[in-house]
Amino acid sequence: MPEAILDVQDLSYSFRTYGGEVQAVRGVSFEVMPGEVVGIVGESGCGKSVTAQCALRLNPEPPGFRRGGRMLYKGEDVFAKGERELRRMRGAEIGFVFQDPMTYLNPTMRVGAQVEEVFAGRPGVSRREARSRADEMLALVGISDVARRREQYPHELSGGMKQRVMIAMALVGRPSLIIADEPTTSLDVTIEAQILELLDDLRRKLGTAIVLITHDLGVIAKMCDRVYVMYGGKVVESGGAEDIFYRTAHPYTAGLLGSVARLETDCDEELKAIEGTPPDLFSPPPGCPFAARCDYAMRVCRESPAPEYRLEGGHRVSCWLRHEYAEPVELPARCAPEAAV
Amino acid sequence: MGRYILKRILISLATLLVLVTVVFALVRLMPGDPFSSEKMTPQVRQNLERYYGFDKPVLEQYLTYMGRLVRGDLGYSMKYANVTVNEIIAKAFPYSADLGLRALAIAVSVGLTLGVVSALNRKKPIDAVCVVVAIIGTSIPDFIMGYVLQYFFGIRWGLLPIAQYKGFAYTILPSVGLGFYTLALVSRLMRSSMLEVVQQDYVKTARAKGASRFRIVRKHMIRNAILPIVTVLGPITASVLTGTFVIESIFAIPGMGKFYVSSVQSLDYTLVLGMTVFFGAFLVTANLIVDVLYGIVDPRIRVARG
Repeated sequence: MPEAILDVQDLSYSFRTYGGEVQAVRGVSFEVMPGEVVGIVGESGCGKSVTAQCALRLNPEPPGFRRGGRMLYKGEDVFAKGERELRRMRGAEIGFVFQDPMTYLNPTMRVGAQVEEVFAGRPGVSRREARSRADEMLALVGISDVARRREQYPHELSGGMKQRVMIAMALVGRPSLIIADEPTTSLDVTIEAQILELLDDLRRKLGTAIVLITHDLGVIAKMCDRVYVMYGGKVVESGGAEDIFYRTAHPYTAGLLGSVARLETDCDEELKAIEGTPPDLFSPPPGCPFAARCDYAMRVCRESPAPEYRLEGGHRVSCWLRHEYAEPVELPARCAPEAAV
Repeated sequence: MGRYILKRILISLATLLVLVTVVFALVRLMPGDPFSSEKMTPQVRQNLERYYGFDKPVLEQYLTYMGRLVRGDLGYSMKYANVTVNEIIAKAFPYSADLGLRALAIAVSVGLTLGVVSALNRKKPIDAVCVVVAIIGTSIPDFIMGYVLQYFFGIRWGLLPIAQYKGFAYTILPSVGLGFYTLALVSRLMRSSMLEVVQQDYVKTARAKGASRFRIVRKHMIRNAILPIVTVLGPITASVLTGTFVIESIFAIPGMGKFYVSSVQSLDYTLVLGMTVFFGAFLVTANLIVDVLYGIVDPRIRVARG
């Protein structure tokens, strides 16, 4: 088995605030193999973005700090790196695609210059070379008339176009890994499909691994080899996309799948929301973070964290229902979202 | 852009027209007239009034004045013998303009620097120093600042001359005194503007691209943080200009301030009007330039106005 590009082991990350310590990430482990597309799903505030931004140490520090665990990029702990080393990694080793191209592009800078900036201050890349590589990448992500577009400002481009610029920016340094943090959330569905296709296409052409962070299961179904489901700062279930969709093992995942709207007629139950709210990360519950909202919660769920159970084929779940003393339950069977695996 | 500028120029001209008309009416509504303070026989007075056209209806006087104004003729002063308003302005304005520009240059350059430095070192000692400077600057009026500067730098330490305007050393105290308030204002604005920009998403993008801290500050933060400062440049110019009156009298500088104040006191109609029109035109132009400048700094505005 080849070595993982990104290997996260029991990572905990917190923020010190006036109100106390926010434990945004509480012992997350996952890995990304070269050329693989890994999905991280979860609702807002579950810690997925914070986890992802740890890879380039983009969280503001302070107030953020690593509480424990490790995050290895190509075998080296990113938390052991100095600012200079991190700068060398950013853009060149790991490219980041942010959620909202409206706010993540500098409004007063021409888009071409923003893409070129990845090479600024990098030894061995001349200005002209930076320029031509930027143009090449802009063309590759599907921007027509690059010569004109590169001189434009973000507000002169459409939303989808801006996201293409973001992707070009993430890719132009030829990174081994792209982290896309909800890359299509702010776009409409047709553009979303184009952008996802583009990412998939680029991955095949360039062999880049992708970590796709989203709360949209449809996106996951379309794109990902493996999936990690996060809740309350923890990974509650992980496995191949088929495991997650067809052999759902965690009640939270089942809830997520149940809350997806779809068009098929054979699933005509009403759309179900998960009752309650996510746990307070100032003082996370001692047991399973989902216990308070879980229909199947037992006493043990509230008292101590669930161990991780290994099911077949790399499918893992952290849920007390798998314990041999627990009464077996049948999670509601849902078919995978449209355009599924 | 061309059409936009043309539109702004037309609006500026209309502003000036309103200004002249209102001031024309106002000076005439004030009790007394230019000659009431002096002792003279009714005969002399009548001659003077006929000479200056005061015996004609006000509307006709207004039209005559406007007719001359269009040709750039501001008329003779009614108090200074045999001097035109144009001459007074031509002699006095260079001093005021020089002083004002120096003050503005100090205020903007030092103010911006302080603002940036203090925002980047938030909650560190240097930030506290900058904030204190800003508070002092905004809370001390410029006439007190002028005297304080004179006292310490001129009298106590004997470093700089405290009056008149005859060389570089003479310009330092008055321009600092005049610019200090604006400097404080600019630094405060820039500080808060920078602190806002620090949290912007595109700054994170720049970090994710591996840009150096210096580059992020220069290319991403300052350029965006400076926008609100450009907006206030117009009003700032106005406040610096009016401040010159006070500073000029403290430092005995032969600028426009003296003439303006005395012209109002002695009801020198033509001089009041002439100076007002001149200052008005100056400010309107400054605002026009600021607006155009704003469009250059912020590309979003350029297009919207297209």
